[in-house]
Amino acid sequence: MQFMVLASDSAVDVMAHGIFKYSFFGHEAWITTTHVSIFFVMLILIAFSIIGGIVIRKGAEVPGTFQNIVELIVEKLDGMVEGTMGRNAVKYRNYISTIFIFILFSNISGLLGLRPPTADYGVTLPLGIVTFTLIRFNQFKYHKPKEIWADMCSPLPPWLPIWFPINVISELAVPISLSLRLFANVLSGTIMMALVYGLLKWFAAVWPAALHVYFDLFSGAIQTYVFCMLTMTYVTNAIGGEE
Amino acid sequence: MEFNREFILGCSAIGAGLAVIAGIGPGVGQGIAAGHAAAAVGRNPGAKSSITSTMLLGQAVAETTGLYGLLIAFLLLFLKPLLWGVN
Repeated sequence: MQFMVLASDSAVDVMAHGIFKYSFFGHEAWITTTHVSIFFVMLILIAFSIIGGIVIRKGAEVPGTFQNIVELIVEKLDGMVEGTMGRNAVKYRNYISTIFIFILFSNISGLLGLRPPTADYGVTLPLGIVTFTLIRFNQFKYHKPKEIWADMCSPLPPWLPIWFPINVISELAVPISLSLRLFANVLSGTIMMALVYGLLKWFAAVWPAALHVYFDLFSGAIQTYVFCMLTMTYVTNAIGGEE
Repeated sequence: MEFNREFILGCSAIGAGLAVIAGIGPGVGQGIAAGHAAAAVGRNPGAKSSITSTMLLGQAVAETTGLYGLLIAFLLLFLKPLLWGVN
């Protein structure tokens, strides 16, 4: 692909760059900056979870600082999942908490000088596809095929499937819009910071910290929350009402 | 008719500028959502936290169409798809 080398001749550098080229069953494949930053995010998360696991296993009666932080994180995430999914929360809190922490750390890894992994469509699209798979799986698990057919023809009666293609398109748009929302938000933040640092040179000294607070911390946290909330809402809708 | 590289680049820049006009819609929509949320908090201050989270969720969904426009602008500016096949 052209775009890995195209932007490198200008002062503003926002693209993911290929670092290392290798041959994968005859295909040309690249290790890019996204892999590097996702590796650092993974390292941080694995170290944190190993230390957290050790601390929780020892489990002091009066918790210390670190134990308090770990318990706080788990309680907040559990509360968020339970508030949205109700009685289905038990099955999904592990998955939702995992992607919440992963996306959050990916988004704020711009603060460490990395290029955020979520600013690469190859990272957000799989997340959207996993959500889509969860929706379909739960729909087929909790509903009969007849109900699904009636639901897909929804505004018109089931024997008149004129509306069916439109519903199919709107279902297929779910993972695309989910992943594009996250991707475009993080990418726009990255490009904005690259413009500030690349074009203003020496003038961009201390005050870009305020921009980092908005683009990396605030925007990243909001998008993480939105992605997890929408995933939970879609899955809860697919499971169906209270019987 | 043959177009050179500079002409296509200029047209890409104009197209990028036009694509970001899509930002008007989400601006209006988010403003309406925030206004109604403020009214709701005024009417029922006890439900402030749940109103805020609902508002943020709705605003983030409304933002999507604007982000599509932004994405098209980025593609035109950085990926330069119109130049593919030209020299």
